[in-house]
Amino acid sequence: MFASRLRIILYTIAAVVSLAGLADATYLTVQALTGETLVCGGSPDCFRVLGSSYARVGGIPLALFGTLAYFSVFSFATFAAFGYSRARTFLILTIGAMFLVTLWLLYVQAFLLHAYCRYCLFSAAIVFLLAGIAVASPPSD
Amino acid sequence: MKRYLPFIIVVVGALVTLASGTVLYRAKRPSVFTIPKSALVSGSGAADSIHIRGSANAPVTIEEFGDFQCPPCANLSDPINKLERDYHSRLRVIYRHFPFAIHQHAREAALASEAAGMQGRFWEMHDLLYREQSNWSNATDVPALFNTYAEMLGLNIDRFKKDMDSDKAKARVELDEQRGAALGLANTPTIFINNRQVPPASLNPAGLRAALDAAMNAKPAK
Repeated sequence: MFASRLRIILYTIAAVVSLAGLADATYLTVQALTGETLVCGGSPDCFRVLGSSYARVGGIPLALFGTLAYFSVFSFATFAAFGYSRARTFLILTIGAMFLVTLWLLYVQAFLLHAYCRYCLFSAAIVFLLAGIAVASPPSD
Repeated sequence: MKRYLPFIIVVVGALVTLASGTVLYRAKRPSVFTIPKSALVSGSGAADSIHIRGSANAPVTIEEFGDFQCPPCANLSDPINKLERDYHSRLRVIYRHFPFAIHQHAREAALASEAAGMQGRFWEMHDLLYREQSNWSNATDVPALFNTYAEMLGLNIDRFKKDMDSDKAKARVELDEQRGAALGLANTPTIFINNRQVPPASLNPAGLRAALDAAMNAKPAK
């Protein structure tokens, strides 16, 4: 009973937290689509990261993939909170993939670009928090 | 009802995301504008004193407002040079200084290019500064590095140093900045092709070439 209630609370928190990541990724996607990442005028380090070749995959802004990932987390966490057990599996897998990608992107910023973008760091913090929630959530009965 | 609640929540979430993304996109979409007739470049006369590369009679003009410490500007430097080679006498390029205060050495670099220009080597210094941007941007002794570049270009160093500090060089840079400010520019690079701004999303080699081709096709080649 306690485990069930804890699961619901944690999945709900995950859904809410993922909304923050979704907002961040949506903002970065819009920046990429409007070309704002291709010019100087804002934070120099932000554009150094967002205007780099690492910010696109096959010409598609990486932020768009982030938006889809966060929306997936939001969806799976919502369904998991309502007791859909399979959603938990997809949630864990999605967060796991996001965690690995985040580690790679942090490596890119730290060791390849030598620049950090605050929006990317915020996203990384969100992913770490989601990973912590995923680890803390008790397994299904 | 409870069975459908998660579906409703997810659908609402999707709609809110799409709606807010659309609103944000419309708000952030940059204004693309055209240089008014009153501000068109004649390319002649000491009052203009601008840096032009290419044929004076070229049917298409690229006017770039750049910052030598701006990485996107450096990224476009070689592609623009390639366009000049590809389009030969059909294209001329104008460079304007628009250094940002957040770029610590941008103004110095602009003055260095003007000082080189006073010895007839503006474009060589322009290309060199963009090519070496990652080196001098992070250097501890930038003036020494600029002097080295001047030596590489065969300039008279004493004159170069003096010209860098001269009022004439500062006035040239300020003139370009005033032009940019009067046009309402906020970013670099800002590129106009035949006085029509290239949208920021097209500021890449393929986008520039497409915009150039459109301008070329709009005018008969001479």
